[in-house]
Amino acid sequence: MFGWEFPPHISGGLGTACYGLTKALASQDVEIIFVVPKAYGDEDKSQMDIVGANNIPIGIKRFNFKDVVKDLSYVELGSNLIPYVNEEEYYNILNNRFESEQFISQTDENACLTFNGGYGGGLMQEVANYAVVAKSLVAMFDFDVIHAHDWLTYPAAIAAKELSGKPLVVHVHATEFDRTGENVNPFVFDIEKAGMLAADKVITVSNLTKGIVVNRYGINEDKVVTVYNAVDKVDESEGIHFEKGFDDKIVTFLGRITFQKGPEYFVEAAYKVLQRTKNVKFVMAGSGDMLEKMIHRAAELGISSKFHFTGFLKGDDVVKMLNISDVYVMPSVSEPFGISPLEAMRSNVPVIISKQSGVSEILKHAIKVDFWDIDAMADAIYGILQYSGLNVMFKEHAKDEVDSLKWENAALKVKEVYNAAISAR
Amino acid sequence: MRNICLYFQVHQPYRFRTYRFFDIGHDHQYYDDFSNRSILQKIAKKCYLPTNTLLLELIKKHKGKFKVSFSLTGSFIEQCKMYSPETLKSFQDLAATGCVEFLAETYSHSLVALKNDKEFAHQVKVHSQLIEELFGQKPTVFRNTELVYSDKIGEQVYNMGYKAMLTEGAKHILGWKSPNFIYCNAKTPKLKLLLRNFKLSDDIAFRFSNQGWSEWPLTAQKFSSWIHEIDKKEELVNLFMDYETFGEHQWEGSGIFEFLKAFPAEIIAKKQFSFATPSEVASKYEPMSVLNVEHPISWADEERDLTAWLGNNLQREAFDNLYSLANDVALIEDQSIRQDWYRLQTSDHFYYMCTKYFSDAAVHQYFNPFKSPYDAFINYMNILSDFTERVKKAPKRENNVIEEDNHIRKDAKVKKEKNN
Repeated sequence: MFGWEFPPHISGGLGTACYGLTKALASQDVEIIFVVPKAYGDEDKSQMDIVGANNIPIGIKRFNFKDVVKDLSYVELGSNLIPYVNEEEYYNILNNRFESEQFISQTDENACLTFNGGYGGGLMQEVANYAVVAKSLVAMFDFDVIHAHDWLTYPAAIAAKELSGKPLVVHVHATEFDRTGENVNPFVFDIEKAGMLAADKVITVSNLTKGIVVNRYGINEDKVVTVYNAVDKVDESEGIHFEKGFDDKIVTFLGRITFQKGPEYFVEAAYKVLQRTKNVKFVMAGSGDMLEKMIHRAAELGISSKFHFTGFLKGDDVVKMLNISDVYVMPSVSEPFGISPLEAMRSNVPVIISKQSGVSEILKHAIKVDFWDIDAMADAIYGILQYSGLNVMFKEHAKDEVDSLKWENAALKVKEVYNAAISAR
Repeated sequence: MRNICLYFQVHQPYRFRTYRFFDIGHDHQYYDDFSNRSILQKIAKKCYLPTNTLLLELIKKHKGKFKVSFSLTGSFIEQCKMYSPETLKSFQDLAATGCVEFLAETYSHSLVALKNDKEFAHQVKVHSQLIEELFGQKPTVFRNTELVYSDKIGEQVYNMGYKAMLTEGAKHILGWKSPNFIYCNAKTPKLKLLLRNFKLSDDIAFRFSNQGWSEWPLTAQKFSSWIHEIDKKEELVNLFMDYETFGEHQWEGSGIFEFLKAFPAEIIAKKQFSFATPSEVASKYEPMSVLNVEHPISWADEERDLTAWLGNNLQREAFDNLYSLANDVALIEDQSIRQDWYRLQTSDHFYYMCTKYFSDAAVHQYFNPFKSPYDAFINYMNILSDFTERVKKAPKRENNVIEEDNHIRKDAKVKKEKNN
């Protein structure tokens, strides 16, 4: 299985999804070798091998297999997230055309490629390096199926398929259309499409995404299967109890502050709600390239005293935030799935989600609005805050609903996809 | 003899700690005590103590012919009391020479004059009382935060009982006129105005150690010759600057102390100029003309306006939100709330939210403890949110604390007079 990042080194919700899925697969007797570009050493390694591509020697240099295995054993679980490609990166990509054959890869003294991990500069080089390393991996390990999470890993997965002849399953957690709207980076699009075409089976996280894969990438509908994400039953909030220090109710947005997540609709809806009631605070938790614009907009609307920015929240702080939230809003413009509302529901927070999210296909006990319909969003927020009946009903049913979404079920479906891919050979 | 008026601004803000959303309602401690203490002590060592010592020597050496003036903000004095009492003592020593004048200003270096008249008057009064108590002189000349001035502010200052006020000799206000005269307020001509000669002031305050400057190095002799080149009809040269110029902005190795040491003798020897304090020149000269300042000016940045503090939406939003609490705070006696109320008003907090990144960016960066204006804004709004909650919950009196305070003092005065 090829990933890009790994708990605890994650930059978003995708890490969580991969973690849940791989754990459930492992418990169903699927042996997994999880490969990430960089293994830090502190990943959860209880149930699978995690291989850091930075530890794989390449080239003709001989290596001691046992030493490598010792190194490998320290990593565990991988998760990859969608990298956010911005204008500048786009520019760089245009100016450094990706031609895999011409890549010159830097190796360190052990003939291992070095990786930064994450989505920083030199992303394209890392994607290419990753593919180069795949060749060594094929020689080192024995496996039946190749499973690749999102486009960053596709070049590596395609290389692995070509060398091993084993079936390839690509898992689409998000597409370039979700990340950028219509401003698609053709370079990324090409990699995505190549991966999907090369794949024997494509897994999408929702029917919404399946539609994009079929319509926008021209992939045969028959080989695309939707497998919904789930949420880990283990509640991290156990043992953490935090209370707010004021009476105002709290409405929360939690996520990257980027185009895809629709933060501006949250700000506008907040303004509308604040026209009607003052006893509420809005919180935008996260960071991203639209943060400064949002701060300006809130100030311009004159709601800054009721609209707070926390910056990026980690671990316990996320739990704390959910602890004190009265409403959770996910106004995503395009959300292939969206695990975060499930986490909010698990913490007994009523959620409002956009219809343009994959998770809205499976949730019943959530209010669904169009992301652009700020009036409906404001109404929903106001309703949950003011009418306790609504609030109570959501709380009663939402947790049960979330608990019924199990990774085990998702893993079972993924396993079926594996079998189908293998038997099709 | 014509005059030179030296005035130094001394201020240190209470810097805020990183105050997170989760702290709201839980923690009412807003300040980064460590930074505040270490910065004050560092600057005391590099600037306040050595410069005060030097000024004291110079005053003694020139036997009354060398005079300077200061304004010390309340937040500076408070922090001195806590972290560097010897600095405060050295200012008191200077006061005792009789050659040093202390000016009035807003207690917490605030921009309240732009927003709330009552609160403005109150803060000035509190500051004036503190100065009188510490230095034994009641200020008669006023200097507003960052030399912010407009016709309206001038009028109010006059009504508070001040005879003169300092401000910037801003080009766009003066036009062809020279800053080297006394001017007067457009609404109440009895209020005299002293204008900063920004060219000569900034030669010391900004350019002194700039080796790329064609006049570098600046010697006391050269600077004195520039002053003597000024047209004979012009009466007065106002050199106003931050006190931290000496030893902090212009570090010791630049020769700034040697410059200061040699400067008075250069002037006194030529017998054309003598040193005077703001109240002395205000009594001595009649206004040359009326100065019309409809929109507030300041001494900051190239524009000499308010944009460094209130130039963008973030700053205006924070500022408006803060002063929307004024009426409620005026009914609260709780000392900790009143104290935080002053400290939240300090103009530096708004300065940190400035997004002007051009000519004066270096100056802005130098003073800014935050990584970005956005961080500064978020932090400030979190603190303000907590403060707002406290104000809401605090017990309030029926009568305005500020007005009553004024009232009590009047009563006391009347009684005193009766007793006499």
